[in-house]
Amino acid sequence: MAFRDLIRERFFPHIWCPGCGHGTVLNSLLHVVDKMGLDPTSMCMVSGIGCSARISGYVNFHTMHTMHGRALPCATGIKLAKPQLNMIVPMGDGDAMAIGGNHFIHACRRNIDMTAIVLNNRIYGMTGGQYSPLSGRGVLATTAPYRSIDDDFDAVALAQGAGATFVARTTAFHVKELSKILTKAIQHKGFSVVEVMVQCPTYFGRKNKMGGAVQLLEYYRDNTAPLGSKKLEENQNLIPRGIFVERERPEYCEEYQNVIALAEGKE
Amino acid sequence: MEAVEINVLWCKGCGVCVAFCPKKALSLVGEKAQVDPELCIGCGMCELYCPDLAIVVNKPTKKNEKVTEEGLS
Amino acid sequence: MSATQQDVRFVQGNEACVRGALYAGLRFFAGYPITPSTEIAEHLAENLPKVGGTFVQMEDEIASMCAVCGASLAGSKSMTATSGPGFSLKQEAIGYAAMAEIPCVVVDVQRAGPSTGLATKVAQADVNQARWGTHGEHSIVTLTASTVQDMFAVTVEAFNIAEAYRTPVILLFDEVMGHMRERLVIPPAGELPVTERLRTAVKPGVNYHPYLPREDGRLPMSDYGDIHRYHVTGLYHDIWGFPTEQPEQVNKLVHHLVDKIEGRVHELARWKEFYLEDAENVLISYGSAARSARHLVETRRQKGHRVGLLELQTIWPFPKDLVREKTANAKNVFVVEMNMGQVMAQVKQAVDNPDHVYLVNRVDGTLVTPTDIGNVMRVIEGKGV
Ligand SMILES: Cc1ncc(C[n+]2csc(CCOP(=O)(O)OP(=O)(O)O)c2C)c(N)n1
Ligand code: SF4
Ligand code: SF4
Ligand code: SF4
Ligand SMILES: [Mg+2]
Repeated sequence: MAFRDLIRERFFPHIWCPGCGHGTVLNSLLHVVDKMGLDPTSMCMVSGIGCSARISGYVNFHTMHTMHGRALPCATGIKLAKPQLNMIVPMGDGDAMAIGGNHFIHACRRNIDMTAIVLNNRIYGMTGGQYSPLSGRGVLATTAPYRSIDDDFDAVALAQGAGATFVARTTAFHVKELSKILTKAIQHKGFSVVEVMVQCPTYFGRKNKMGGAVQLLEYYRDNTAPLGSKKLEENQNLIPRGIFVERERPEYCEEYQNVIALAEGKE
Repeated sequence: MEAVEINVLWCKGCGVCVAFCPKKALSLVGEKAQVDPELCIGCGMCELYCPDLAIVVNKPTKKNEKVTEEGLS
Repeated sequence: MSATQQDVRFVQGNEACVRGALYAGLRFFAGYPITPSTEIAEHLAENLPKVGGTFVQMEDEIASMCAVCGASLAGSKSMTATSGPGFSLKQEAIGYAAMAEIPCVVVDVQRAGPSTGLATKVAQADVNQARWGTHGEHSIVTLTASTVQDMFAVTVEAFNIAEAYRTPVILLFDEVMGHMRERLVIPPAGELPVTERLRTAVKPGVNYHPYLPREDGRLPMSDYGDIHRYHVTGLYHDIWGFPTEQPEQVNKLVHHLVDKIEGRVHELARWKEFYLEDAENVLISYGSAARSARHLVETRRQKGHRVGLLELQTIWPFPKDLVREKTANAKNVFVVEMNMGQVMAQVKQAVDNPDHVYLVNRVDGTLVTPTDIGNVMRVIEGKGV
């Protein structure tokens, strides 16, 4: 194992189902942290509740497994108290966009330096396959037996509109791109959002008769295209991938240091 | 050191590595992945794909054999 | 200011709470504005950065309580402040703090509820919510105060208890206490004891177990960012902090969460008493209601009546033995509070003669008065109103 010090080996094999995309994101993240040479004691991971949220138990960082939807405000408290920590906040699509939606937009707005990863499997995995705000119209789920009539959020547009300074989307099929994007997101100073379209073969795949992990990954391969590509231009139905936003804006912890300087000068 | 180490205790036999190996060097035998070192070009894709962190590729990639996801079928 | 010079101010109760928190070493506050607690946030927005601490206004009370949990794990003494509607929202993360044993202080400046109720009017009806507001089994510490000076002092106590026992501590104030102005003497640093966080002495490279109690029952902490990397979860967990469903371990943790507080009822009991030695009629009260009770006791004593007051500063864990002891020789016990008898129910369970426990209350958004108390006492004593 290349990154022995980065994982808690005794908990492997992990609890995720065979072929679950969450595992590929964990894999990619570990490769990235290893390659970037980040000191594991500088790494903090905060997650919510869901299959995806179990990721924090497997990395040998400072880890906090919090409440459903509440990863970002918990992480905000840690980061404000210890700004030097490298903060990674993986969230499920329900976690980030439903119950945690309000926290999500405000974290984007504050531009606090952390990397939010939305593991979008378009379903509530942990609770057994109910539809999520990212499922989209027409999807079958245990709570949408006649197909969902809910339109989905575009997580990228939402993050962009709320003010995140790094916004990207990729999939668990595009593993090299995923590593590149995660590297850039971690390097970026400010609030980074990376949506990773991942497969839940157990509930999403089975319910929607889209097959297992391999077929779902092929779906992501065939139905997405890089930003600015000819493929995307020719077919508007494809989901765009890549880096949508990368810009500078004052970072929240640094701004608060200025507040402290002002306040201390006043006395 | 094996060219491609597969941790059979962690492998869950999902078949993702098998499906996307550019050289079809991997196969499932009894629900566990297995590699044919003769076919393997050390591209490292399987190591990145595996959701169970069960693969480590030690073989250096052949210079002229760089692989990206886009070409995989 | 020299060390000997006294720091005397004329301030609102809410500001006294802020001063107490800073005295105790508060370094992180997250909140969301709500009457009648808002002055706490406003004073901290101004004063926390002066000591290098952090104030943040979050998007709601859920987020505030979550941020407090995070900051505390990162090593800062942390607090939030709210009132009823916000207190309801904070319950989820208060339960998390109880489960993960995160030291923190939660101020609830009570107003009349349920729901938005009376946004600017007094009540004391969150007593049971402070104890039972979360789901699942755990215990909690709740303190009150009836003077601005006491608000300062119990706030310091709240931090000391939170740090010593790794628990959320609720400061249950009320609108009258939060907004009234009184003299506050801030003692020089070092005069009141301040409990610092117990940090682990485990060396780098040696396994640190975040949930393995020492011999004295305390759990030394390690800040996020320090050498030890460990896991915190709201799931039932083992000594490593990792999830477990093993019945023995779950059972052990439930008992630990309850016993660490219920087993220290005597140690945690704070109270004040006035003229109890020979009192035939004992009043029991807390918070702003205790001011009216005190007034009545003082005026009646001048007339020679044998009446006394037990003011409870610790409401949870409920000091049952103390209440039984202090009312042992009383003919009647009058519980004065601004709710439908939340503390009275506890008193009835504590005393030998529950039939002689009476409620004096007001639930109309105004302060219960000495006249209200006198009226009930006259009826019970058979003297008519
Ligand atoms: C307050 C609260 N409401 C509901 C739940 C139940 N719950 C647990 S995980 C989950 C959804 C998980 O879906 P998602 O966030 O997409 O993560 P996934 O499991 O798909 O990775 C729900 C509804 C909960 N734990 N807490
Ligand atoms: S239920 Fe779905 S999301 Fe959860 S572990 Fe299984 S495959 Fe992954
Ligand atoms: S991808 Fe990993 S878990 Fe799946 S079959 Fe291959 S080695 Fe096994
Ligand atoms: S390294 Fe590349 S060629 Fe070799 S087995 Fe893995 S995917 Fe196939
Ligand atoms: Mg999901």
